[in-house]
Amino acid sequence: MSAASPLRLEIPEPHNAVRTELHPDLNHAHVRFIGLGKTYNGQQGPVAALHGIDLAIQRGEVFGIIGRSGAGKSSLIRTINRLEQPTSGRVLIDQVDIGEFDEERLVHLRRRIGMIFQHFNLMSAKTVWQNVELPLKVAGVAKPAREQKVRELLELVGLQDKHKAYPAQLSGGQKQRVGIARALVHDPAILLCDEATSALDPETTQSILGLLREINRRLGLTIILITHEMAVIRDICDRVVVLEHGKIVEQGPVWQVFGNPQHEVSKTLLAPLQHSLPEDLQGRLQPQPASAQDAVVLRLQFTGSRQDEPDLAALFSALGGRVRLLQGGVERIQGHALGQLLLAVSGSPVGTEQLQQRAAAWAQQVEVLGYVV
Amino acid sequence: MWFERLLQGFIDTFLMVGVSSLIALLAGIPLAVILVTSAKGGIFEAPALNRALGAFVNLFRSIPFLILMVALIPFTRLIVGTTYGVWAAVVPLTIAATPFFARIAEVSLREVDHGLIEAAQAMGCRRWHIIWHVLLPEALPGIVGGFTITLVTMINSSAMAGAIGAGGLGDIAYRYGYQRFDSQIMLTVIVLLVILVAAIQLGGDRLARGLNKR
Repeated sequence: MSAASPLRLEIPEPHNAVRTELHPDLNHAHVRFIGLGKTYNGQQGPVAALHGIDLAIQRGEVFGIIGRSGAGKSSLIRTINRLEQPTSGRVLIDQVDIGEFDEERLVHLRRRIGMIFQHFNLMSAKTVWQNVELPLKVAGVAKPAREQKVRELLELVGLQDKHKAYPAQLSGGQKQRVGIARALVHDPAILLCDEATSALDPETTQSILGLLREINRRLGLTIILITHEMAVIRDICDRVVVLEHGKIVEQGPVWQVFGNPQHEVSKTLLAPLQHSLPEDLQGRLQPQPASAQDAVVLRLQFTGSRQDEPDLAALFSALGGRVRLLQGGVERIQGHALGQLLLAVSGSPVGTEQLQQRAAAWAQQVEVLGYVV
Repeated sequence: MWFERLLQGFIDTFLMVGVSSLIALLAGIPLAVILVTSAKGGIFEAPALNRALGAFVNLFRSIPFLILMVALIPFTRLIVGTTYGVWAAVVPLTIAATPFFARIAEVSLREVDHGLIEAAQAMGCRRWHIIWHVLLPEALPGIVGGFTITLVTMINSSAMAGAIGAGGLGDIAYRYGYQRFDSQIMLTVIVLLVILVAAIQLGGDRLARGLNKR
């Protein structure tokens, strides 16, 4: 997107605005963290919630921040609209350091950054319409313009017939839709999502994620979300960082982190989405073959680093003998096929080591799990 | 004659309670807002002011009304020019009602979910907007409930004011019931007070329920 994009964040710039020249690529970053740190004064002395965060988020991407609870996700996302004040380092939005903004400029900044919350945070005493209208009202927008904008957004989120309802009369998914409408009412360039689907059931989560995807495509805004669910990252994000104890431990395109996670935390977070070895098989698995007729159990991992999908016929004929598929699956993330296959190979003309080598021509990682009768 | 005396007592009670509670409402809400917003983590954080104001409120809350009334006699004379009658009673009643109501309103305001304040900040609300569009509307049902309690408490206190010559229903019950053993008058007054309190409580509860959209 060009610098003249209408969605570009316009912040009144003071005479002493800090413009930082960086690597040309980074100069196009929409949001950039430089050596960001946050320390709280806890009861047992200072507690570091974030340290040394360096990160560049590009314009128009859906960027995920994942981590276990207490990893610092919430603090990190809140430094973007200064609900959280960092104790060290800088946050640049469109290359402008927001660290020294006074209340006036902060109010303008926040009107260009929408935010939605895990518990929706809708005003209980206001109707759906009044909730969506509130950001415009406090900004002094005239009534006809307000009415048009609110109607437009309620239509976008599919709640035009609920405008007179109070939040208490809505379902969780509907409340989050109101939250999204409210967040978009100032045509923001950035949307922050703080565990936006964590309080919703799986079906509603899907519909909210679909809506966010659509908004990202249609309006071209940058979405930054935090979550503790890898499924959310898989379904909507382009890139992801994994946070642990206030530090970035892994980052990359989603398919890469899913296909080949490097850090322990990433692997733990991915575990619920992956097929583990079925229990019945686990019990029958022997470390050494009891007889020559026993089948070798292989685990083949596809990390998505190859563009083509696994060719099963070619794989099976290379392995030789009788190849049984015990368990497995392949899913597509960002056009990359990744997943794993558990195979039991018996009566192959070649030995175990040879089998492993042959399988490696198709899969990125091959592991011998043991032998079964 | 009985009827006229009772009617006059009713009007006096109504005036004492009404005027003092109205002033308490107008002064108590800003006081409560200052107490909440100046507290630690509040949007207008000012710990010194918060402590001073809190101590001031506690001071007046801790003096029993009968004693407050007597202690305030010079001040009352300064304000209304007399220490006798309905208007003289309004001064100590107001001074007792304001901190009482402010504390109750403060609790309602403090119970407003912090997430709502955060959401308001995130949407670009200035701090005054947060008070006006978030804190007060969200706390309104609780504030109405608190004002109902204040009215009932002031009816109670106004009877004590009656004992030092302010008039009102309490005064009638005290003079005829206690000093003249006329239990018929006393019972009538009691019935009237019960009806008055019940009406206020019912009306207040209804209003609070209507305003509560949660």
